[in-house]
Formats: sequence, structure tokens, C-alpha cells
Amino acid sequence: MALELILIAALLSAVSGIPSALAGAASRRGQQVSAILGIAASVAGIAAAVQVLGSSGAVERTYLWNLPGGIVRLRADALSAGFLLSIHVISALATVYGLEYWPQAAHPANGRKLRLSWGLMTGAMTLLVVASNAILFLVAWEVMALAGFFLVTTESHKEDVREAGWVYFVATHASSLALFAFFALYRVASGSFDLRPLDEMAAGPATANVLFLLALVGFGIKAGIFPFHVWLPSAHANSPSHVSAMLSGVLIKLGVYGVMRACWLLPVPPLWWGVLLTVLGACSGVYGVVFAIGQHDLKRLLAYHSIENIGIIFLGLGLAVFGQACHEPAWVALGIAGAMLHVWNHGLFKSLLFLGAGSVLHATGTREIDHLGGLAKRMPWTSGLFMVGAAAICGLPPLNGFISELLIYVGYFRVVIAPNFTGWSLGALAIPALGLIGGLAVACFVKVHGAVFLGEARKEFEHPPHEAGLRMLGPMGALAALCFAIGLLPVLAAPGLEAIGAAWASRTAGETLLLGTLAPLELLSMVGPSLLLVALVLFALLAYKGRAAWRAPVPTWGCGYAAPSARMQYTASSFGQMLVGLYRWLLIPRAKPPHVTGLFPASSAFHSEQPDVVLDRAVHPTMKAAAHSVMPLRMFQHGRVQFYALYILLTLLALLAVVST
Amino acid sequence: MTYLFDTLLHAVLLLAAPPLFLGVINKTKAFFAGRMGPPLLQVYFDLFKLFRKGLLLSRTTTWVFLAGPAAGVVTALGAGILVPFGHHAAPLSFTGDVLLLAYLMAMGRFLTAAAALDTGSSFEGMGAAREVTFSSLAEPATFLGLVALARVSGSLSLTPMLAGLDAGHMAVLVLIAGAWFLVLLAENCRIPFDDPNTHLELTMIHEVMVLDHSGPGFGMVLYGAAIKLFVMAALVLDVALPLDSGHTLGNWVLFAAGMAVLSVAIGVIESTMARVRLVTVPKLLVCACLLSAFAVVMLVRP
Repeated sequence: MALELILIAALLSAVSGIPSALAGAASRRGQQVSAILGIAASVAGIAAAVQVLGSSGAVERTYLWNLPGGIVRLRADALSAGFLLSIHVISALATVYGLEYWPQAAHPANGRKLRLSWGLMTGAMTLLVVASNAILFLVAWEVMALAGFFLVTTESHKEDVREAGWVYFVATHASSLALFAFFALYRVASGSFDLRPLDEMAAGPATANVLFLLALVGFGIKAGIFPFHVWLPSAHANSPSHVSAMLSGVLIKLGVYGVMRACWLLPVPPLWWGVLLTVLGACSGVYGVVFAIGQHDLKRLLAYHSIENIGIIFLGLGLAVFGQACHEPAWVALGIAGAMLHVWNHGLFKSLLFLGAGSVLHATGTREIDHLGGLAKRMPWTSGLFMVGAAAICGLPPLNGFISELLIYVGYFRVVIAPNFTGWSLGALAIPALGLIGGLAVACFVKVHGAVFLGEARKEFEHPPHEAGLRMLGPMGALAALCFAIGLLPVLAAPGLEAIGAAWASRTAGETLLLGTLAPLELLSMVGPSLLLVALVLFALLAYKGRAAWRAPVPTWGCGYAAPSARMQYTASSFGQMLVGLYRWLLIPRAKPPHVTGLFPASSAFHSEQPDVVLDRAVHPTMKAAAHSVMPLRMFQHGRVQFYALYILLTLLALLAVVST
Repeated sequence: MTYLFDTLLHAVLLLAAPPLFLGVINKTKAFFAGRMGPPLLQVYFDLFKLFRKGLLLSRTTTWVFLAGPAAGVVTALGAGILVPFGHHAAPLSFTGDVLLLAYLMAMGRFLTAAAALDTGSSFEGMGAAREVTFSSLAEPATFLGLVALARVSGSLSLTPMLAGLDAGHMAVLVLIAGAWFLVLLAENCRIPFDDPNTHLELTMIHEVMVLDHSGPGFGMVLYGAAIKLFVMAALVLDVALPLDSGHTLGNWVLFAAGMAVLSVAIGVIESTMARVRLVTVPKLLVCACLLSAFAVVMLVRP
């Protein structure tokens, strides 16, 4: 039953864009039918996910089909269900948001393309998590990646967008290349394209290592883990905000799914896989958050935080793999539960933040943080909801981010206290890294929320900013409510996480560990709500005391200065200046200082930007050098079709010769 | 029975003692300056006065401005429930309570800094930026210390972690206590990081963030800050002096004496040192991280 529901969800999603595409360019009806189809698909997807998570074990189905791979095998276990849940919760909410944010009437040129690609991407993702056959997996992967490309380039008339699209395109094909190699090698090792846990005997350690590294590169690019993140910031910054929410909240998580699935396929890992994942996770986390602090662009900043959070997820995953290598089921359970819960959590709060950023963009038309300010009074709901997301992404209690980070922390602390174990220093690496990431994230989100929503408006806009409508606020409210729900009552998420942990570690699962015995989820479900209650009481007391003051407000004390103006406020750049200075060695920011000479200098300007160091200093030069070095080969690529046909013929003949000998 | 007594005493101390702790510091500073100084209980009088007053709100502010002080008190109290006072079990102790402690503090910081930005004043923005910057640098010192403590005691919860310490790890404990003492001074904005007495100068951190608070709001800010200082001092004391007299009342006396010594020590530091320049603050915090890191390194044995 569950698999049929998933197929229905995939199919409905995939066709959901068609009514909109067939309707007129500015038709309201088309987009509504599309949204209804999309939401119906999500309902089916969520129902199936819950069903699979509730039942133990996996459902499997094989269909014969004349595909090159021969058959279509579908398999849904708890791991698939976990990701399916995330895909469809976010997709449904973002679809509703899109009705108001990207209405067909306002975007006749690209609204239809967006909805068509959106449906295809969601459908492909749904199929991807249940694909149990390498060919089907790759097909779904490619459809997802290409639909993603068309979504990123929705506004293809803008140059920034086209550039971001190209970088995405190149990156996603690099990823596919690695995956083709991965599955080809897997086919050699296992003798079949079916995705089943590899026989320990079949794959020697060397093959397993190469497979792991290929999977790490292929899926890591999609996940946006450092140093493969180069495509992510500009792609997420330049797509429409609800698309950013989907890309950041869901699409990159499928890279995580890939790594998890690959670990599931491969034999019991050696220790260094776990160490590598942990180190990558720690680097990615610190890199992402440090670069986020240097950004001026609201959405680019959020995109860098995705790199950070993928790092946190990899820290959890590294712990789980490390635990498998050491035969420590408690580490595995905590690591995988932490990673998976963070996948859900990041989906929730990052979508919330991107949708919030979208509301700001919708209301003001700018993503430049330093042009904004004081929006809390004009957009109180957006401001409050954005703040919930900001606190959640920093991992602050009583929100959901705290719970997933807690699971990962506790896991690493268990590594630290393992007696007579020399590998405990891995915990001594991961724990301070997580602490540093948390501290920097607080700095960054105080900055962005404060600069955008609090204080006075820094700039007058032609149209005064307005609060978003119900179809934009509703989905944001739902996401914030889910953030609170998981944060206040984490015990509710425990059974699902246990099922996912058991499904992932099926190879080593001797005993199923209850999360409740490893982490204080039940206790936190009591402490969190009580502390929140006390805080609310104190706040109400203060608000009551201040009720007269609200009615008779005075200006902020200007420290004696008589004519303060909104432009004197601390901007986001000034807020981050000290941290940017401290991390100058990593960030290498570019700044054009103002040119001031003489007694009466002419007006001058200060300009600074924060390019991505890996893209700028490593990828671009390498690519340029590579392009230059293969220049001589261009003589074969001259655009004459008859020659191309000849190449194909020659290749075929060569292959035939190889096969026949 | 003892548990109930200890818990009650813990709660009373947590709620009532922090202003006294500040009073002792102020008295020490006055002694060094050759003044009479304010009475020991002055902070209580201040708080009482502030809570009876009305408050003023800037027209720039929103609800976030009032959420800051409320969160400051609640997060500090929440942290206080988790930290054992001397050789007694904390009222609430569970696996990973250290993380709740650290992140509650971070939540308090988040909302206090947001409240500062809510006023739209560049001074307060400056203070908020410094507060979050320095705290992020102090974070690794805290966590490395926790790693070392966990490794030494083999436990993941503060009470057994701190109760299971023995003199065999003296060097490690001294390093952690040193690092955490620096973190305490930084997080609570004491000299040499910040001067709690200055009010309008560009080198300050915490005080400048709360410039616009008045009346009960400011009272809560003061109270929350006092509790935070008290709780962090108790934590440092637990590491620095893991003494057990074997008797519950004796342990409370030890705790009180230890806290008195610690508050006098803070007062002495404030009287005899100058505040360092702002650019030097990160270096001091890196020092704290290194102390903690050394504590971890000492535990790595081949």
C-alpha cells in the first residue's frame, strides 16, 4: 500500500505543473489546479512516509519494464520514509507560499516554467528515495538535477541568475559523473544493478574504499559539503525564494541521503571513513558560518548557513560511521538520529528563513541587508517568524535545532568517555567545532535579524513595505510551529528516528537501542516547556508594567547627540566587522577603501565584497588551466555533424573489436 | 530528606544570593580604593527600587526589547538549576545537561543582543556585536574544558562529572579552572575584558547593550546578569576546589566560603588590573581556549 501511495505521489507531483503550463500565461486557474495537485501528491507522500516509519521493515516491489536496466525495483524503508517526509512537508508548504509569492499574473514569462520544473523535481525526488535499482536511481537523479537547473534559472533574463545556473549545471554534472563511476564499479562488485547491501566477500577493502570516495564526491557535491559547495551560494541566492527554500531545505538533503544510502550499501566501514566524514563536517560547518558572517546579501547569507548545517549533519553521520567501525551501537544510534533529525530540522527552519527572506524581498524589492531595517513594525508576523527560524538554526533551546545538535554532542561525548580507547580525540575535535559553529551562528543571526527587522528603516522605499498575505504567512507559521513542536516535545520524534537508525544500520544491528536511554528526550520535553512558560510569565509581567510606556513612547537615548538619524545605526557590515577581521586569513575579503585627499575631498564610497575563497582561488584557476590545456582537442570539435557521426561509428567499431576479442 | 534540603537550599541560594556576590565584589573594590563603598546589600536595594519604578520605552522598540531582560533571567535561572553548588547534586541532572547549560546561556545572549539592536542605537549595536563576537571565541574554551572533564570523570552529566574529580588530575583541573575563570570574566564583562562601572565609553560591551532599559526591565537585566555571574562562579569553583568534607552541612559551608573567596578574588583583580584594549580581548580569549586545549592534550596518552 505504502509503495503505491509513493508512486501516486511521484506521479501527481510530476504532472502537477502541466495544468499551469497548458493554461494561459497569466491564468489564475492553472496555478491553482497545479497547487492542488501538488498538495494532493504531498498528502499521499506524507501518508506513505508515516506508514513506512510506523511499520517495521521495508516494502519492496519489482516491475518489469523495457528499460536498459531491465527491471524497476522500488524499495521503501524507514530511511526512504524519513527523507520522503521532509520532501513533501516542505514541498506542500512552499507550493502554497508560491501561489502568492510567484503568481502567474505577475510572472507570465516564467511562472509556468517554474511550476512545471517544480513538479518534475518533486516527483523525481520522491522516486529517487525509493529507487532500488542503479539505472532508475540515476534517471531520477538526473531529472531532479535538471529540473533544479530550470528552477535556479527561473529568471534567466538576469545575468547573475544565468551565471549561477551555469555553475550549478557544471557542478551537478560533475556530481553525476562521479555517480556513474560509482554505480559502474558497484555493478562490477555486486554483479547486478540492484541496490542491496554488498556482500562482505564480494567487495575487497580497496573496492569499498574507492566506492566510498566516489559516493562522497558525487553526493557531496549535491549536498554542498565543503570543499564541494562552490555552486551552492549563488544558486540558492538567485532563485525565487520558495525555490531556494526547496533547494536548501530538501534538494541538498538528497545528497545526504545518497551518502547514507551508499554507507548502507557498502560493507562495515573502516575507521577512517568516519574520521573523514567528521573532519569534512567540522570544516564545512566552520567555513559556512564564517562566510555567512561576511555576506551582505540576505539570501546568500542563508545559503552559506546551509553549508554550515550540512556540516553538522555530516558530523552526525561521521559519528554513526565511526561507531559502526568500532562496533558501538550507541554511537551509531545517536549519530544517525542526530543527523536525520537535523535533516528534518534544517528543512524546517531553513525553509522558514528563506520564505521569510522572500517576504522581505517581496515587500521591499531588495536582498541587500544594509538597505533594510525596522521592518518589524511594518511586518510584525514575518519578523517574529523569522526570529523563530533564526533561534532554531542557532540550535537554541527550546527549538528543534537544539535537539538534533544535542544528540550529536552526546554521541561525541560518549566517544570521549569511552575507556581505553585511543580514538576518543575525534570527540575532542568535533565537540569544540560544534561549539564554535554555535557561537558564530548566534553572532550571524543576531546580526541578520537585527539589521533587517529591528531598529529604524535605513532607506525609504517607493512603495512602503507591507506585511505578507495569508498564503505566505500560513506556511511560515506552520514551519515555525513544527520547529517549536520538535523542540518542546522531542520525545515525539524518537520512534521515527529509532526506526531510521535501525534501517540504516541493518548490517550491524544486533540490538535496537532506544533513544530515550541514550539522550534525555523525555526530560527535555518537560524542561523546555516549563522554562518557556516561566519566560512568558516574566515577559507578560514586563509588558504589563510597560503598558503605559507603549502609549507614551520616547526616542531612543542618543547619548546626548541631538540629531541622530537612521543611517547612523549599526549596520550588518559594522556588526560583522570584528569577526570578519578575526577570520581575515580564511575569508580574504575584497574591499575598495574610499579615496580621500585634500582638505575638501570629493564624495567617495567604500565598497566591499566577500567572494567564495574555494571558488575564486581553487576552482576557477583550475578550470581555466584545464580548459587551456585541452585547447588542442578543439580541432575535433568543429561543429560538422557528418564528422560527429563518423566519430560515433569509429567508437562503435572499436568497442565491437574489444568485445569480440 | 537530605536531597530535599539540598534542593531547597540550592533554590534559595540561586534566587537570593547573586546580588550579595556582587556586593562582596563591590566592597572589595571599595576597600582597595580606600573608600567605605556601598553597603553589602546595595544591589538588593537597587533591584527593589527598580522593580517599583515605571519604565520608558523608545518608539523604535518592539516586543523584542522586553523579551531580552525576561530571557536573561530565565536562562540564567535554568542554567542555575543544572550547576551543582559545591559537593551537592544539582536539582536537575541528566545526560548532556552541560549542553543545555551552554545553549541556555547562548539563548540569553541571543535575545539580549537582539533587544539591544531593537533600540536602533549605534552604541547598543556596538555592544551587541562585541558581546556575540567575544562569546563565540569563548565557546571553544568552554567545550574543550567540558571534553577534558568528561574524559577525566567518565561522565556526561555535571553532577557526577564534578563529584568524580580527584587530586590525581590536579594539573588538568587547574588548566580548566584557569580557562573557565577567563571565560567567566569575559562572559560577565568584568575587568580585564570590560569595566562594569563605565557607562559611556566606546570600549564597553555589556553595559552599553542595556543603555535603554529602565525600571523593572533594567532590574531584570541586572538580576539576570547577577545570577549568570553567580552560576558561572559556582561552576568554576566546582572545578577549582573539588573538596568533599563528607558532611552535607560542611559542604555548604565550604561552598559559601569558596564563593566568598572567589568574589573577593574578582574584586582584587578588578582593583589591581586595568582593562585591556579591545583588540587584545580576542587574544586573551584564545589564551583561554589554549589552556583548555592543553588540558585535553594532557589526557592524551599513547
